[in-house]
Amino acid sequence: MKRKESESSTKKKKDAVLNDLREFGGELYGQMEKGKFPWVEMPSRSTENIYYSPDVRQYILGEKSVKRHARNIRHIKPFTQMVWAGFFASELVKNRKTSTLRDVYYSAQAYEMTFKDQPESNNILTDLETATGFAREDFNVFPEERSALFGDLTIEYTVPGYEGKQLNMTSHPDGVMIGPSVVSAEFAKTGCDKVIAIEKGGLFTRFIEERVHEKFNALLVLTAGQAPRATRHFLNRLNTELDLPVYIFTDGDPWGMHIAMVIISGSANAAHLRGLTTPDAKWGGVYATDIVDYKLPTDPLTDVDIKRLHELEKDPRYTGDLWKREIKTFLKIKKKAEQEAFSRYGLTYIVDEYLPAKLEEMSAD
Amino acid sequence: MVTFQEISPADFFYRNRDIAGFTNPSRAIFVSIRELVENSLDSADQMSVPPEVYVRLTEEDASTTTESGNGVYRLLIMDNGSGIAARHIPSAFGQVLFGSNYKLKQARGTFGLGGTMAILYGQITTHKPVLVKSSTGGSKVYEFKMMIDIQRNRPLILDRKTRRNKENWRGTIVEYSLEGDYYRAMSKILEYLKQTALLTPYADIKFVDPKGRLYMFNRVTTKMPPPPTETLTHPYGVDVETLQRIIRVTESRNLLDFMRKHFHRVGQGTSLSFLDFAGFIRTPDPKRLKPEAVARLVETNNKSKKFRKFFGRITEEQIKVGLKKAKSQDMIAFLKSIFPNVDRTIILRLLASSGLVRTKNPKKLKPPEIVKLVRMMKQYTDFLPPDASCLSPLGEDLLRAGILKELKPEFIAVSQRKPSTYAGHPFIVETAIAYGGDIPKKDDIVVYRFANKIPLLYDEASDVSIRVIRSINWRRYKVASGMPIAILVHLCSTKVPYKTVGKEFIADRPEVKVEILNGIREVARRLQTFLAKREHVAKEKKRLSVFAKYLPKIAQFSTDLAGKTEAPDIELLLKSVRKYETEGK
Repeated sequence: MKRKESESSTKKKKDAVLNDLREFGGELYGQMEKGKFPWVEMPSRSTENIYYSPDVRQYILGEKSVKRHARNIRHIKPFTQMVWAGFFASELVKNRKTSTLRDVYYSAQAYEMTFKDQPESNNILTDLETATGFAREDFNVFPEERSALFGDLTIEYTVPGYEGKQLNMTSHPDGVMIGPSVVSAEFAKTGCDKVIAIEKGGLFTRFIEERVHEKFNALLVLTAGQAPRATRHFLNRLNTELDLPVYIFTDGDPWGMHIAMVIISGSANAAHLRGLTTPDAKWGGVYATDIVDYKLPTDPLTDVDIKRLHELEKDPRYTGDLWKREIKTFLKIKKKAEQEAFSRYGLTYIVDEYLPAKLEEMSAD
Repeated sequence: MVTFQEISPADFFYRNRDIAGFTNPSRAIFVSIRELVENSLDSADQMSVPPEVYVRLTEEDASTTTESGNGVYRLLIMDNGSGIAARHIPSAFGQVLFGSNYKLKQARGTFGLGGTMAILYGQITTHKPVLVKSSTGGSKVYEFKMMIDIQRNRPLILDRKTRRNKENWRGTIVEYSLEGDYYRAMSKILEYLKQTALLTPYADIKFVDPKGRLYMFNRVTTKMPPPPTETLTHPYGVDVETLQRIIRVTESRNLLDFMRKHFHRVGQGTSLSFLDFAGFIRTPDPKRLKPEAVARLVETNNKSKKFRKFFGRITEEQIKVGLKKAKSQDMIAFLKSIFPNVDRTIILRLLASSGLVRTKNPKKLKPPEIVKLVRMMKQYTDFLPPDASCLSPLGEDLLRAGILKELKPEFIAVSQRKPSTYAGHPFIVETAIAYGGDIPKKDDIVVYRFANKIPLLYDEASDVSIRVIRSINWRRYKVASGMPIAILVHLCSTKVPYKTVGKEFIADRPEVKVEILNGIREVARRLQTFLAKREHVAKEKKRLSVFAKYLPKIAQFSTDLAGKTEAPDIELLLKSVRKYETEGK
């Protein structure tokens, strides 16, 4: 059994968040006290200021910054909204309440801070992320839960009413939702030595039924399509705090490939944030070459699929040999296959044959 | 077999009353009131007395009135105008085409037709006599009860009374019955009175309608526009018939004198040049020139500094030597040969001054010559344009006062154009634009059209002003649809180019159109400045309200975030926004 070594990361983060928000408010307060219009400076999120950094292994923001100034008639409204968002976030964190983007949108109305629409309010929250460097999940603003985990991991809750309570993640056969309470929990202990992230719910359930977690000593994580940011952050924590290698299994098409890539290298949209990527995570398939090697039943690639592959070819994240080879193969065979395609060899084939082979292949790298 | 029969003017209008606007009962009652009100205003204007007009319309027999309002009404109009001399009263109200306006100066009415037409209409629909009371302010007031003998175009006096004028009253009262439809005409009548009051801000107009409601349009000033002076006909506006009429009455014995005496802005010089251009100048044969004539010519020149400037000092010898060699048949060519550098018009002037120019007696002109003279008048380009002394525009101050009184706008711009002419008729265009106040917010701009102070209410779409307004790109002037904007166009002329007899809309004369366009543009530019400023102020207000709304919130949220208890003072910041902005203007 592996015990978590690092100190409680969630507690530390909460304090950092509150501290940062207080400083943010203090700065504006000080500006106004001096009889000046308050302003903030933050990195620009415009596309020309987003770069891929091979060193950090994710997208980062460049040198350009924007100043938001309350003296400017076009700035003052978003500026106020951002200050409000900071205020709202600090209330959430202080009171240990969680909320959603939709909640934020409606809550603003209580302060006569009506947002024009949901995108406007989302954008303001992203501004706050950029200015503070914290993800909205750190402000207790969560997306709707759809991903889940299952396996021998014991967590210790920090949410109100559950403080100190521990729960093993095998306790529910359907898996446990990766929601605010799981994300904010401390890792108590784990018997796993790897994490397997799976794109689709069907396969996640099959893996639990086939006791993959026991057979391979793995913690199973369902991303449910493109992994939510909270889940990406959670995977990062599993990787960095518990030193667990992360393996990702997706459908064999450009979209599945990209789900893996976003977990590994992040997205341009989150260039202002750190801690959402797991650069050492590995994509296990389904590869285009698997389609050929395992003679999987396939569908032809659509025009959209092919267009997407050409985009990925130019994407700076897709520089590794594996990625280049698979993109090329996809374009060559012009076919794609789902994870379920292995069922043509029997329902357990994927667990009995494919998975061990793949894990061996990846851990050998 | 075809029979021919002469009809009198009264009979003609009896048979063709549509021409004068009496098309239906509602239109008839409107036109009747309008014609008589205009006569009253004109007669006070002529006296330079601020008009007071009282109009009363009553239902004569309510039982005959149909549900739609069609019935018999009694109309009374009283004014404080010049009054009419007793001997003229029967003709003025009992004879069609007898009027005081049949001469050239600006007035509302043109032929004195409308008033009599209205009475004629009353007579043919009710067969009742008209009552006329009038006094010119003397010791007597005259009362006539009469009818019109339509076939003979003669007044039929039924009764006449003379009374002592104890109160020194001056003015005219006309009262008669007519068939009409007041309720259908009501909105037009009220609109007519309102617009009349707008353009006659020095008039008091009262109207009592059949329901006993009193509408008062009070004057806001007693200042009146200077009265127009009568003028002669301008040569450009003359036709053969007019010329023949003038010839019939002239006392001039030669054309040179005739042109000068009977035409507007024609002096000795213009008269000479024109008659020369038209080929109506004769000069003696140089060979037969008598010595006295030579002496006169030389003397005229040498005595006048003006002529000496051109010809130098001439000696009789010089002329006589020339005469011997002369080949020319006329004096003009002869002098030209001696003084080749002197202008023909100067030579003409010298000859005329020396009595060596002959022109025909106008009474002896043959018909082809009369036609030629008229044609030449149209072709000659050097006549001076008519002056505008015969016009009586309202003037910018009165125009502004009238609009302020009736529309109470937030903004107003008025403009009077310089006098111009079309076809020999002088005209002046006055324009105004107003914003806000009582002006309704409509998709289209509200347009008030006036000609010689008469509101034009019908056939708006055909009017030249509307065409001009439609042709303008109003967005350039920051005008958007739905703004409360009114435009006023007033055309003053000795002859308004109406398209129809009904005095409803003005024709597209290019000269008039250009003036209207420029007039409207001028006031529109001022409106643009106003609207731009307004927009700026509104923007500023909005801008300030944005700061006032958000700055306190920033202060409050920052205070909470920073964990402080007291919010920073932002009053100075708010003030700085305001101060900065007012300086920026």
